[in-house]
Amino acid sequence: MAKQKLKEHRINREWCKGCEICVEFCPKNVLAIDKQGKVVALRPEDCIICKMCEQRCPDLAIEIITE
Amino acid sequence: MENKIKFVQGNEACVEGALYAGLDFFAGYPITPSTEIAEILSARLPQKGGKFIQMEDEIASMCAIIGASLTGKKVLTATSGPGFSLMQESLGYAIMTEIPSIIVNVQRGGPSTGIPTHVSQGDVNQTRWGTHGDHAIITMTASNHPDIFLVTVDAFNIAETYRTPVVLLFDEVVGHMREKLIIPEPGKIPLVERLRTSVRDGTDYHPYLAREDGRLPMSDFGGVHRYNVTGLAHDMWGFPTDTPKVAHGLLRHLVDKIENNVNKIARYKEFYLEDADQILISYGASARSALHVVENLRKKNQKIGLLELQTLWPFPSAIVREKCLKAKYIVVVEMNMGQIRTSVQNAVEHPERVFLANRIDGVMINPTDIKNILRLIKGQGV
Amino acid sequence: MAVKDFIRERFFPHLWCPGCGHGIVMNNMIRAIEKLGVSKNDIVMVSGIGCSSRITGYLDFHTLHTIHGRALAFATGVKMSRPELNVIIPMGDGDALSIGGNHFIHAARRNIDITAIVMNNRIYGMTGGQYSPLSGFGINATTAPYTSIDNDFDVVKLSIAAGASFVARTTTYHVKQMADIIAQAILHKGFSVVEIMSQCPTYFGRKNKQGNAVEMINSYRINTTPKGSKAKKENPSLIERGIFIQEERAEYCKEYDKIIQRATKGNK
Repeated sequence: MAKQKLKEHRINREWCKGCEICVEFCPKNVLAIDKQGKVVALRPEDCIICKMCEQRCPDLAIEIITE
Repeated sequence: MENKIKFVQGNEACVEGALYAGLDFFAGYPITPSTEIAEILSARLPQKGGKFIQMEDEIASMCAIIGASLTGKKVLTATSGPGFSLMQESLGYAIMTEIPSIIVNVQRGGPSTGIPTHVSQGDVNQTRWGTHGDHAIITMTASNHPDIFLVTVDAFNIAETYRTPVVLLFDEVVGHMREKLIIPEPGKIPLVERLRTSVRDGTDYHPYLAREDGRLPMSDFGGVHRYNVTGLAHDMWGFPTDTPKVAHGLLRHLVDKIENNVNKIARYKEFYLEDADQILISYGASARSALHVVENLRKKNQKIGLLELQTLWPFPSAIVREKCLKAKYIVVVEMNMGQIRTSVQNAVEHPERVFLANRIDGVMINPTDIKNILRLIKGQGV
Repeated sequence: MAVKDFIRERFFPHLWCPGCGHGIVMNNMIRAIEKLGVSKNDIVMVSGIGCSSRITGYLDFHTLHTIHGRALAFATGVKMSRPELNVIIPMGDGDALSIGGNHFIHAARRNIDITAIVMNNRIYGMTGGQYSPLSGFGINATTAPYTSIDNDFDVVKLSIAAGASFVARTTTYHVKQMADIIAQAILHKGFSVVEIMSQCPTYFGRKNKQGNAVEMINSYRINTTPKGSKAKKENPSLIERGIFIQEERAEYCKEYDKIIQRATKGNK
């Protein structure tokens, strides 16, 4: 299987409640909470596409889009 | 070919009516004096490919039939007072979610465990207001086996027509008494089948949007339309809402669909009412004694008649009022402290002319009991 | 299909608090169903009352949101009438094992092919943080201001003793395992129970000084261990995760089909 390449962290800011679960459990510290209390991908270049943020999000607010 | 003429208990007449109406699914829990219904159906239902289940209690029984009804089945449970008390919450759920279902309550003495093997009609007002919240309900009863059969078939038809639970309120005497029952040929009594939506797959189906005629077509669970059912106040899609306008509309709909059709839903029988100035009003086993009194006193040229109610709720006030216009006095015959008497008083022009002939000791009210009351009313002493 | 194809998007964002474990369970329930490739029309989801029970409103299946504790009884009627449908019951700890405890053990005893997902947050969230039968001794709750003196059920042991033929436990930290176990539970022909330890940061966490959602999830990582692990032998206080029983046994609806065969034979 070809290695997946990251396109974007698609974040639904309307649904995100800023619980920080994705931020804290990201193995590469890619994500952070912004001033509005919503998640942002601060260092997308470090993402290893493990998709644990997606799978642990209680709000279905984050999706890893690959090319 | 089974014998179409049977000598059966009232409980069995109810089973025959339910099977005639197309019963598919029964869930219940043993309780005197209704248990025969479960016993007989445990044998009969699988013979026609139907399903029977003995649940862990009456709460579960009522819930299970609601679940089965949602898949498109005709469903029944049967119980007595204590079990009926347990079913009240889920009965309210069936009312709120508009799921056709039939609940038989073969009444016994109460309150609480009461007198399990003796007769009573003490649950009349419980069927009306047992579950919480404003609501309308349909309750039917009968005094003999052919009528038990007919009201049972009717209950299934009404449940489908109005998308509502219907309570069949029998009593220990008619439930256990044996008499002749002739089962009509299939097709002789018209049956109301589930009104299913004509909305096709891929089109928006509104499970709680009434048609112009007030009926709500259903879609079987497991079919092409996926929708939500909830006991919360809900919109036309079945999703929870607390919008005042929607909540108001829902409650009005639940009550109006029944209360606006009182006369259509009303079943009753009348005996010698044309010229009667003394009127007995009764139902269930009590009506048997009342009819006996009427026939006896007619032989003595008394102008007495009987109005036998088969629909107790919604109470057919207009019919009772009209039938009683010429009555000098009205005696309600029932085996409780006057539960239907109160409704009769509210219905008639002269409530002061309404009297009660009752028994509350677990013993069947007999013609002498009624005659004694009649003598008292007339100032003749006992 | 993507996760979004399984939800009723117009009701999002959902009503659960920030960091609530129930959203994570819903997330992975969807992934399990997606993985199985079951048609949405073949899934009936029945729930009772409570925070967890609100899942049904959010998912695009045949959904039945019933009364407190009785979901399994409603589901029994659905399943017996349409045995070919997949019947899944998301339930909270109070819903499943307090008010609904009797239905729970009897559904397990019958081994009817229903999947019960017990979302165990050890508290009544909807009503504001009262202790549940899974809270356990010494727990703080709004109805246990001096700490709870009620012991808790062990959902896994209870389910096995009651006759469930598939019993598993996982947590909201172990999401890959969760999705995998839910999928296996749905596939299993018989009564399956999946206990998912799910955080309630708003009430349980705050009342019991367990920190926020992140800290609570982290505690699941630290305090649990795979079933039969060496770590468990060394530290018996660890809670085991995994599948505890998975047995093919006579299933209720299949057995009823045999009753119909016997009854119709006798009829002729």
